[in-house]
Amino acid sequence: MKKIFARKEMSVAALIVVMTLAIGLRAPSFLRFGNLIGVVGDTSVLAIVSLAQLGVILIGGIDLSVASTMALAGMIVALTNQHNPQIPAWVYLPMSLGIGAALGAVNGVLVAWGRLPPIVASLGTMSIYRGAVFLISKGQWVTAHEMSVGFRRIPEGKMLGLPYMLWIAAAIALFYFILMRYTRSGRDVYAFGGNASAARYAGVNERKVEMLVFVVSGALAALAGLIYVSRYGIAQSETATGYELNTVAAAVLGGVNIAGGSGTVLGVLLGSLFIGIVNNALPVLRMSPFLEMLIQGIIILTAVVANTVADMRAKKSLSSGRRL
Amino acid sequence: MSTEGTGFVDTSRLTRMSAGRRVADFLLRWETMLFIIFVLVCVANSILSPYFRDPKNLFETTFNFMEKAIMAMPMMFVILLGDIDISVSGIISLSSLFMGMASLGGIDTPTLVMIGLGVGLACGFFNGLLITQLDIPSIAVTIGSSSLFRGIANAVLGDKAFTKFPDSFAYFGQGYIGTSPIPFEMVAFAVTAIIAGVILNLTAYGRHTYAIGNNKVAARFSGVPVKRVRLLAFAANGLAAGIAAVLLTSRIGSMRPNIASGWDLDVITTVVLGGVAITGGKGNIVGVLISIFLLGFLKFGMGVLNISGKVMNIITGILLIVAILLPKFTDNVRMSIRAGAAKATAKARKTA
Repeated sequence: MKKIFARKEMSVAALIVVMTLAIGLRAPSFLRFGNLIGVVGDTSVLAIVSLAQLGVILIGGIDLSVASTMALAGMIVALTNQHNPQIPAWVYLPMSLGIGAALGAVNGVLVAWGRLPPIVASLGTMSIYRGAVFLISKGQWVTAHEMSVGFRRIPEGKMLGLPYMLWIAAAIALFYFILMRYTRSGRDVYAFGGNASAARYAGVNERKVEMLVFVVSGALAALAGLIYVSRYGIAQSETATGYELNTVAAAVLGGVNIAGGSGTVLGVLLGSLFIGIVNNALPVLRMSPFLEMLIQGIIILTAVVANTVADMRAKKSLSSGRRL
Repeated sequence: MSTEGTGFVDTSRLTRMSAGRRVADFLLRWETMLFIIFVLVCVANSILSPYFRDPKNLFETTFNFMEKAIMAMPMMFVILLGDIDISVSGIISLSSLFMGMASLGGIDTPTLVMIGLGVGLACGFFNGLLITQLDIPSIAVTIGSSSLFRGIANAVLGDKAFTKFPDSFAYFGQGYIGTSPIPFEMVAFAVTAIIAGVILNLTAYGRHTYAIGNNKVAARFSGVPVKRVRLLAFAANGLAAGIAAVLLTSRIGSMRPNIASGWDLDVITTVVLGGVAITGGKGNIVGVLISIFLLGFLKFGMGVLNISGKVMNIITGILLIVAILLPKFTDNVRMSIRAGAAKATAKARKTA
């Protein structure tokens, strides 16, 4: 089984390389190191939120509230910054994580103790959080000139030539990788997603798993919201509308099984990068930005079909007992 | 996911229950609770606004939610099957786009309508074929196709809009039946609802829908044509989105690529609030119908109070969660009442 996943990620990686080179053929400036770093940095937000989504998808659910969580946490930190510009900027990192963990815990409680299906719980909180953004901001925007310099530097500031947001995304990815691969809780998530009743018999604490994935999901989404708001220099009630589906798209592209149980951090990162490259290439290739959604749709459908066909072949070769 | 709180025990025991417990059972039922909230909303509305007491104005308020109501009918089947479709607003956008282009080319109204419905149906079949033939989860397919459908509209129109439609086209979304105050949209919804109700409750297709939703594998081994039932449900969902596209485009008289965006989750919320389990197999049309008018009138009432649409979201969200948590809670209460009663009778028998 491991081989199949590795193959899926390899093919996404290969596709990314080919695509990047092809774009470079048309527009050589795209391949400049500085530009590539910019593209990867641009993908940080999507990558972080998609990782937020990964845990929930692994247990066979879906978190529709990630975009609203981004918007709400983004608004709270932006308002805090607007009224208290003296607070050092780094404080907003733990602050957003904390806000997000609390918002995610609401989903977690609804799922773990309320026994609501994740999609329903997060459908409800999605509306509630989105409305809450409007309530706390009274419909006002917080714009770039109302944010402190330090706050604006959270995504853009540089360390060793790389933007902070890239470092943050890398740290999150490393944390998530270790969590999912080397801790008991992480393995429990896979076990539970692969076969819930088997995992229960094996002593996996169902509620703990559900709480864990939702708290992590909320925390990461909120962190992404902080970066989003400070990067684009605006916090408003429409922030990141529709982003929840982009995260599912990135996960599916990265070979994550939407029905749960399988999918890796690397796959999600590659899936996000793929979408990031496509979106960044359009202006470079002088193509209309209005093509973005169409291309994304074609890519998702192709990836979904390709993954399914690959799985079917793998299953067939397994059941016939012959190696391909 | 969870199978607790399914109502299937009730029917077999209904005959043996005392009258008192039957009343309690009825009061604790989902639809009853939903209906009570609905009545409360109506009472509050009529106190808040004199317009609400006038039937003519009451009909006017339905304009705002009839398109979604029509879409909720086939969506109910899709969710009962244990599937989901988040591409319906994308379908509206594509269907509306084709109507706009055709209208620019001077096509007459009846043909425009046929184009709108045809595009919707074709999109639904596209989804259904990918989902059933390749056995891909419906959420993955419809996330992709949603981007595809709306993406085509984006690519063609960009930030422009179609605003030129024939005068007679305006009837569908703005017209009334004869001289009565009844909007055409409402009749379209009533017809859709009757068809949906008949299919769900009186035909083999309806029973197959429940069977598949409860246990797909068992249904297949019992000879239910699982693929065909699911394919038809997605096709119907596309067709309903086509109908909604005709009504909505006609009502607002223009088409922009962002038309109806976010409606997928609105429609799904309506169906789930109506008591249809997102995991499939459980729910009925009565609940969904109450839910449609509850949400519609609730939004009207909040509009009268000048509450922003964004804040309404909070109330919709809370309502959704509470409405789903509450029956689970009351189910537990009912179960424990029944367990208590059973214990008591057993004791009585022992002593006798």
